Amino acid sequence: MIAIEVNKLSVFYGQFQALKDVSMKINKQKITALIGPSGCGKTTFLRCLNRMNDLIDEARIVGEVIIDGVDIYREDIDLLELRRRVGMVFQRPNPFPLSIEANILYGLKVHGINDRKLMEERLVRSLEAVQLWDELKDHLRKNALSLSLEQQQRLCLARVLAVEPEILLMDEPCSALDPIATARIEELMFDLKKQYTIVIVTHNMQQAARVSDFTGYFLLGELIEFGETEQIFTAPADRRTEEYITGRYG
Amino acid sequence: MGNRTTMKGTESKEKLIRLFLLATALSAISILALISVFIFTEGLPIMFRHGFKKFLFSLDWYPTEGHFGLLPMIIGSLMVTVGAMIIGVPLGLAGAIYLTQFSSKKVRMVVKPMIELLAGIPSVVYGFIGVVILVPFVRENFGGPGFSVLTASIILGIMILPTILSISIDSLMALPPAYREGSIALGATEWQTTRMVLLPAARSGIIASIILGMGRAVGETMAVIMIAGNATSLPRTILDPVRTLTSNIALEMGYASGEHRQALFATGVILFIIIMVLNTVANLTSRKMSR
Ligand SMILES: Nc1ncnc2c1ncn2[C@@H]1O[C@H](COP(=O)(O)OP(=O)(O)OP(=O)(O)O)[C@@H](O)[C@H]1O
Ligand SMILES: [Mg+2]
Repeated sequence: MIAIEVNKLSVFYGQFQALKDVSMKINKQKITALIGPSGCGKTTFLRCLNRMNDLIDEARIVGEVIIDGVDIYREDIDLLELRRRVGMVFQRPNPFPLSIEANILYGLKVHGINDRKLMEERLVRSLEAVQLWDELKDHLRKNALSLSLEQQQRLCLARVLAVEPEILLMDEPCSALDPIATARIEELMFDLKKQYTIVIVTHNMQQAARVSDFTGYFLLGELIEFGETEQIFTAPADRRTEEYITGRYG
Repeated sequence: MGNRTTMKGTESKEKLIRLFLLATALSAISILALISVFIFTEGLPIMFRHGFKKFLFSLDWYPTEGHFGLLPMIIGSLMVTVGAMIIGVPLGLAGAIYLTQFSSKKVRMVVKPMIELLAGIPSVVYGFIGVVILVPFVRENFGGPGFSVLTASIILGIMILPTILSISIDSLMALPPAYREGSIALGATEWQTTRMVLLPAARSGIIASIILGMGRAVGETMAVIMIAGNATSLPRTILDPVRTLTSNIALEMGYASGEHRQALFATGVILFIIIMVLNTVANLTSRKMSR
């Protein structure tokens, strides 16, 4: 089952071409890892999948991103609904400077859900899904910025889960965390995979090997190789992929 | 050995710097204390002699005949300040929101310095513009003498605009872009993002801008003298002339002597207390809200 089909996607920042004709089929309820050296366009690619690049004035996007049979770059697409369905977790945890509860309920509010019971239910369920409920259930009024970085990142994930997305985009979600917190977030991703399609950008080769089912290797804006993670890490087809994963890159 | 002496050297140097900083901090406090003591020793005795009640609640200001009722001026200051806030705060906030969230960078780069330039225009110029343009406009369109609460409120509202705008803009711009991105990525609109995330996040800066604007409105003298009409009677409508506490001092200090002079200091005491109360209230609300 294909969740996202990307066809000949190119992105320009002014004159500079950051992505070159990238095509990829991302499978449903699998974890797809995007790896590659710094500046190769991983973030740019990820941000095309929920049209966050629209926020950058000088960005120009060519190509198709098809989700559920519809090109999300079509004129008449409902952007707000798209972003609800395709959630995003950022590199640095970015909870709003509001209470824990307000952070979770924010997404519901902006999508017009204000039924008390439903809000309550989603609050509990999304905090449970990221294993924060037991820790935080008595501190829901506390400012989210007072949490540890790991808790903040979990909260950001819960905030996304609360609006019931189908796809989760994660841009180096563990780069601000220590190894133990990282391991716990990875565990969480295994759990979430049962329900969500996950695309994760990571600099950490072991992480990609550990958590993902599929891996794509980017270099200078091109998708060099894409395939099952096991194949990419044991028998890469491209010499450049092999150089990168064996640490001989550059 | 040599090592130890240099350590000692830096230590005593640090001590000196600390002392110096302490002295500057103390001097700021002591200047404030001196001013307060001066105003209070000059103004309080006469208030005791005639009774606080008379000063605060009497309507009659005939200083040469020994009647020192400041109520019209107190009400006048409050009316003009509230009027200025009604005009200045919404305009300032709307402008700040537009310029930070919805305008292009180019527009902001042009408009913001222009707004800040507004703050540099001497208040007598605002007063002059008020007399020449706004006073006749109000007189012809709304009635009354034109020199009025309304006129003063409009000019003061414009005068506090740069303060509110530029500090609000700064505090909105200082927010990490990650707040906005996180909100938009959840499917929020720009306006929802601004209203529900960014404004609350920038709240303390915005409240600070409003407090400073209010301080400027209460304290402004020259422009108000020129356009408010300065009558010592209680204004019945916003089209009536009005005298503020600051105007009262500035208008009469030149020739006042004896008890009259002391009564002007008493005006200063009341002004001082009003400003303290405003500041405290504003500080408390901002602290309460940020909790
Ligand atoms: N807003 C922008 N304006 C101009 N150029 C940009 C912009 N954002 C990214 N770029 C450029 O596009 C290229 C790809 O950037 P991108 O952030 O997608 O890389 P990345 O693979 O995510 O890198 P990293 O691993 O460091 O996060 C880089 O050369 C970068 O300098
Ligand atoms: Mg990146």
